[in-house]
Amino acid sequence: MDIFVQQLFNGIILGSIYALIALGYTMVYGILGLINFAHGEVVMIGAMVTITLLRILVEMNTGLPAAALVALAITTALPLCALLGFTLERVAYRPLRNAPRLSPLITAIGLSIILQNLAMIIWGRNYAPFPPILDTTPWKILGAAITPLQVVIVILAVAIMAGLWLLIGRTRKGRAMRAVAQNPNAARLMGVNVDGIISLTFVLGSSLGCIAGVMVAANYGQAHATMGFMLGLKAFAAAVLGGIGNLAGAMIGGLLLGLIESFGAGYIGDLTGGFLGSQYQDVFAFLVLILVLVFRPSGLMGERVAERA
Amino acid sequence: MSKTLSAKSHSLPAKVWAGYALLALALLVAPFIVGQVGGNAWVRILDFALLYIMLALGLNIVVGFAGLLDLGYIAFYAVGAYLYALLASAHFDYHVSAWIILPIGALLACFFGAMLGAPTLKLRGDYLAVVTLGFGEIVRLFMNNLDRPFNLTNGPQGISGIDPVSVAGYGLNKGITLFGQHFPSSYAYYYLFLVCMLLVVFVCIRLENSRLGRAWVAIREDEIAAQAMGINTRNVKLLAFALGASFGGVAGGLFSGFQGFVSPESFTLMESVMVLCMVVLGGMGHIPGVILGAILLTITPEVLREVINPLQRSLFGRSVVDPENLRMVLFGLALVLVMLFRPAGLWPSQRRREELEDDA
Repeated sequence: MDIFVQQLFNGIILGSIYALIALGYTMVYGILGLINFAHGEVVMIGAMVTITLLRILVEMNTGLPAAALVALAITTALPLCALLGFTLERVAYRPLRNAPRLSPLITAIGLSIILQNLAMIIWGRNYAPFPPILDTTPWKILGAAITPLQVVIVILAVAIMAGLWLLIGRTRKGRAMRAVAQNPNAARLMGVNVDGIISLTFVLGSSLGCIAGVMVAANYGQAHATMGFMLGLKAFAAAVLGGIGNLAGAMIGGLLLGLIESFGAGYIGDLTGGFLGSQYQDVFAFLVLILVLVFRPSGLMGERVAERA
Repeated sequence: MSKTLSAKSHSLPAKVWAGYALLALALLVAPFIVGQVGGNAWVRILDFALLYIMLALGLNIVVGFAGLLDLGYIAFYAVGAYLYALLASAHFDYHVSAWIILPIGALLACFFGAMLGAPTLKLRGDYLAVVTLGFGEIVRLFMNNLDRPFNLTNGPQGISGIDPVSVAGYGLNKGITLFGQHFPSSYAYYYLFLVCMLLVVFVCIRLENSRLGRAWVAIREDEIAAQAMGINTRNVKLLAFALGASFGGVAGGLFSGFQGFVSPESFTLMESVMVLCMVVLGGMGHIPGVILGAILLTITPEVLREVINPLQRSLFGRSVVDPENLRMVLFGLALVLVMLFRPAGLWPSQRRREELEDDA
């Protein structure tokens, strides 16, 4: 039972982070039909910049509480990541909007390689430790340990997702985004600034990614120049699991993938009679992904897309 | 009547023949020239370029002809490589001849291809991409972890001491001796890979112009219309997966014998992505384009490796930036720039070029 609750907590924490990243993938996909392969690197840059700023702030001995320092670092890193997302779209995706479908995929991969290696040039090949300023004494709930930081991560993630939900469902900009996702040409005829909306999507997605990156770094206590790749991959898989292009799908897919991973890691040994150990947790996650897609080819929440005639 | 027709269609102008003859001569002497200029390391790079051409052509069947986005292609390469490593090394002390293993490897990869293809036929576009990606990762993770409970793949350490390929009882690792001069194994393997590569090219060209090849293109262009024309899309797509995979399996076996060592490191997602880049960058569905893409993407990083450090030293007097990272930054930049200026690839087929102009 203890293990069950612990894995449940771990899964929810991991899942809410995946969900934030998956939202970035799914928003871009919904609007452009494009896999933004460089999104994982934006997440990484967010984490690395925040850690660097935090270190500087800690050294300055400002006497501010730890939470304020982190907030300060994030508010500086956030616009940087937003700008990065904006630039990526402008430089690499916009010129290729009418190109064959796979061409923007290659530029995205190229950008991903560039960002990852630039990060290594700037921050080196070693792990960047997250300054140990946050309280990590765990609380005991139902026999499982959870730190205050992890509670904050989950609450913050839920709040951000709710905010995004309101933004897209209730505001004028949100309505414009949905219109562009449905039919860019018709939206343009209705007076929507399509290019502006696409830029906004990238800015939003990158900001979410930045926060998710900081969460990962704070939760694991470190960040690395290559962390974006696997994170991006998992989050992308989560977006697809939920039905790519669908906001609720990305949230549910992310949460589900987090749970699958942590329960997989916890129970795979018992399930297979000790034949497979927890090193197979990724296999487990991908296997579930494949099975879901075999039985629901457009993801859990995805609508059946009408086949074009 | 038929005689005159066939004579007519087969007679090529003398110029074309001369071109082919020159190309054949260039391919034959290539390792000696390259080896003279750049040393043995560059002959090895040439060998790898040939392997990558085979891989890229295999993936081209799936992505370029049939239009199915496959991000886990390297798994078939891995299957071929590990089969060879298990059946011809000291690991289990089996020493089966390469000429038996390679066809088995092709068949096994074919089987894996069909296994991946069968449940995923309903998926389209990017969903398919994710499933293939997951499949590639699963294969790699198994290879990484199957040293327990019994030692099948030797885990992350990989399998070493793999037997070389022998031709007519002559181990290619011994190299070749010509005119009293000895050339190392990379020269010998070059010719083996060249023959295999030409075979793959030949098969690809024949496939492209076959009924099956036309069916693939029809599916790529419009699956519903293809179905309406009486194409059995399920079987035809499965065939694309299986045939593409079998090329990967053969290339993997050759890689294993050439390298003498395999480990899961060689079969990461990045490798799949690289092969996909070769196909798309060269010109999807266009065989000469794909070959060009494979050669360029194999050689560019190596050229950058050679150039960057001396350049840095001469400019700043010391190594300012980690050359390995700088090299990859430039490589990524090259990928982006090529795609921005030639969205259909460096050497697209006539058909794609027309499509693109139609769309714009």
